[in-house]
Amino acid sequence: MMGAKHFGARVKRLEDPALLAGRGRFVDDLKLPGLLHACFVRSPHAHAMVGEIDSRAAMAMPGVHAVLTADDLPESMRRTPIPMLTPNPAITAARTQTVLARDEVHCVGQPIAVVIADSRYIAEDAAAAVTVNYDVLAAVADCRAAIKDGAPRAHSDLQSNVAARFPLAYGDIDAAFAGAAHVFEEAIWQHRGGGMALETRAVLASHDPVADVLTVWSGTQTPHLGRGMLADLLNRNIESIRMIAPDVGGGFGPKAIFYPEEAVIPAAALKLGRPVKWIEDRREHFLCATQERDQYWDMAIAVDDAGKILGLRGRMLHDSGAFLPWGIISPYIAAVTVPGPYVVPAYRIETVVVLTNKVPTTPVRGASRPQAVFAMERLLDHVARELRLDRAEVRRRNFIQPEQMPYAVGLLFRDGKPLVYDSGDYPKGQETALALAGYDSFRERQRAALDQGRLIGIGIGNYVEGTGLGPFEGVTVRVLPSGKVAVATGATNQGQGTRTTLSQIVAEQVGCRIEDIVMTIGDTGAIAQGVGAFASRQAVNAGCSAQLAGQAVRCQIIALAARALGVNESDIDLDDGHAIAATGNKPTMPLGELARLAQGIPGVSLPAGQAAGLEHTAYYTPPQAAYCSGTHVAEVEVDHMTGGVKILNYTVAHDSGRVINPLIVDGQVQGGVAHGIGNALLEWMRYDDNAQPLTTTFADYLLPMATDVPTCAIAHVETVNPLNPLGVKGAGEGGTIPAPAAIISAIEDALAPFNVHFAETPLTPERIVAALRAAGAYERLQSA
Amino acid sequence: MGKQATRITVNGKSHARVVEARLTLADFLRHELGLTGTHLGCEHGVCGACTVLVDGRSARSCLMFAVQANGCEVTTVEGLTPDGGLSVLQQAFIDNHGLQCGFCTPGMLITLTELLRDNAEPSEQEVREVLTGNLCRCTGYAGIVKAALDAAQRLRGGTPCLPSPASGAGK
Repeated sequence: MMGAKHFGARVKRLEDPALLAGRGRFVDDLKLPGLLHACFVRSPHAHAMVGEIDSRAAMAMPGVHAVLTADDLPESMRRTPIPMLTPNPAITAARTQTVLARDEVHCVGQPIAVVIADSRYIAEDAAAAVTVNYDVLAAVADCRAAIKDGAPRAHSDLQSNVAARFPLAYGDIDAAFAGAAHVFEEAIWQHRGGGMALETRAVLASHDPVADVLTVWSGTQTPHLGRGMLADLLNRNIESIRMIAPDVGGGFGPKAIFYPEEAVIPAAALKLGRPVKWIEDRREHFLCATQERDQYWDMAIAVDDAGKILGLRGRMLHDSGAFLPWGIISPYIAAVTVPGPYVVPAYRIETVVVLTNKVPTTPVRGASRPQAVFAMERLLDHVARELRLDRAEVRRRNFIQPEQMPYAVGLLFRDGKPLVYDSGDYPKGQETALALAGYDSFRERQRAALDQGRLIGIGIGNYVEGTGLGPFEGVTVRVLPSGKVAVATGATNQGQGTRTTLSQIVAEQVGCRIEDIVMTIGDTGAIAQGVGAFASRQAVNAGCSAQLAGQAVRCQIIALAARALGVNESDIDLDDGHAIAATGNKPTMPLGELARLAQGIPGVSLPAGQAAGLEHTAYYTPPQAAYCSGTHVAEVEVDHMTGGVKILNYTVAHDSGRVINPLIVDGQVQGGVAHGIGNALLEWMRYDDNAQPLTTTFADYLLPMATDVPTCAIAHVETVNPLNPLGVKGAGEGGTIPAPAAIISAIEDALAPFNVHFAETPLTPERIVAALRAAGAYERLQSA
Repeated sequence: MGKQATRITVNGKSHARVVEARLTLADFLRHELGLTGTHLGCEHGVCGACTVLVDGRSARSCLMFAVQANGCEVTTVEGLTPDGGLSVLQQAFIDNHGLQCGFCTPGMLITLTELLRDNAEPSEQEVREVLTGNLCRCTGYAGIVKAALDAAQRLRGGTPCLPSPASGAGK
């Protein structure tokens, strides 16, 4: 961008000073007069019929205002399941939950009643005093068991636990396999983890009876979507509901879902005529916030003697948990992500989506792409091993070349459009990462380490990710008489620096100082339409809207200033909050003065062609997904006695198109890698055979710590997205996606002397030791 | 529920309250005093978002009852923040992108303030080890570690980290 001051610069974040000073405004920081507090009564069983609910003891406790069950809710939400926003004809059991269960519960933690009291302490006491009779039913915990004949059914009225089954295919797969020199198979599984944002979910609702406005503050990624769901469930005029996502302490996907609590708390506030707040505790987050990654893949790859891919086929089982709040988005993304940056002439996969009695799975950072990339990269490592080729070389031989762009894979993406990669240079991405990682000299390092008795290994992971999905996002830009520039957007901020990024774009266009932008973000009261944060979509959708709205306002300002200063429009420049004429004695006008002028004079017509006010709203709608890509290289050390893994070096080459703010994009990549390290090595949400969750604290479920995550070496390989006005692609999830593939590959490489293979995540020390034991490693070491 | 008279000095100001014995120090700070900078991420003592200084030493305010802090001096993130500005450590967090959502940040600042007070020249490994008591899901820690080392270097140049250093001498 010519003369860009802000776009592309490492602009320090506007969000930071308040958050650093302890002046953030998270939901639990908000206090309203007459505030009451809620605690939910939740099912302790994974599958049961709900019988009598006795709340008399709870109601008798001082400070308790109400105990509400489904029967106490408005008729419109009593038995109506939460709407599914992402329907798909492949879904045969479109199950979503009712906000409070009345008949049957399908997973531990499903809410049955809510206690409203003067304090959270009292509400928790009273919730423990509510007794519920259950008729416990057999539960199904494992999606492989769930599809067998005679398996318990997750929903007792369904004939099968299969919620959807969809085949995807292109090319002549049978011919590819029939004529192949080599066919290799892998059985792969990945276990579920959570988003585990540091701030748990949170809802505060307050009804103003004078204005008849229901205001809901929710720690959500999608306030506009949430408002729509709430309006349906309350059967209430959507214009009389305002949903606000204030500061939100991390999202990572699970907060994009509309949850029962977001309907029940507003219903309680309406019923009691008092503001009501609910703050999820961490145990509830483990029980009730959506999770992801449970998938089982049986895959086969057909290659020629040179290691060139001829075809890929297989089957994938996806554990959807008890409901499908986001339909089959995750398993669909998995199925279409497998081919990635490689030329795969023929592909066939059958995906089976299975209901179990566990918390639902929905997109978590990466949205099933980590699993798909893991499957593909494990297969390529297998090819390299069997054909005795270098792992980088196998990938090199199969990359889609930059001159093949745009590249049609042969599938439909989840945006309903053909899966066509808009741009990218995958060979360059890998070469950049390998050079930065010192890949060529690694074998020397490995030998030197081995001389010291240390086992180190290196691994590669490549991916392509469809980001920036529609339908749209909106941005309003309005110059205020004070000279400040008001910006409103339906995009939201859970730490991505959305405020900073959009401010950079608007300031560039309007010619104001970045600190003069006043942004309202995540507030349905500020802009009519909105979607929110998921699918690494905001830089593309909201970024382009900011650009378009900013450009429109820029034109308005220039037209008005030219008229006011009596010069040609082409002689007006905008800078530092002023319109400046390039001619004569270079007169200037501050933006605020122009904003007043644009209001007109009461009773006097505006000059022809002049808009009312300096204001524009743009809703950018992308023609298709924006395909970002990258290569990760992990270098690890494995302690073969303990199974402990230490990541020594981690390198990322990342193409997210044109970078708006490198500071922020690097932060997204680094943070995403940390999440991927958790998935690869640590995070394991365990359930027993009855679908009882076993890991419900941070002591049992391990998140990566500061000693687990190295500082990544990051290179940006920018290929400009030709399909949007900023040339950008998403950046929020790429850090996570190939990390398990690269790390597991590196572990396998480190343990190559023992010839052990891994096709699972998380790969914990006990499983590494078990594999070494099974391979006879310890006997060999003793006899050596 | 039993109530007890409690006097706690928070960020240099003395507060006398009669509180339930079971009220956590974190809830006392957040809801009795309105000092909402201290955050609760797990309420079981692992995540470290609620970390405050009690008599100059870092402590989980979710694992302490307010009455246990009777007679103590407590410093929260609000107390680390100079009037009308930011501390050297806070500024280093901005400069090194040490935060994203900002929820874990107050605990990080408290932990690192203690470290930098006690160790003027920490190594990267020492910074990482002390941070294992604070979880961050957004940043991958790189910016936080960099901010801590950057702040240490700036402080060795003579700028104090705590605007009014909390006494480590106890009650």
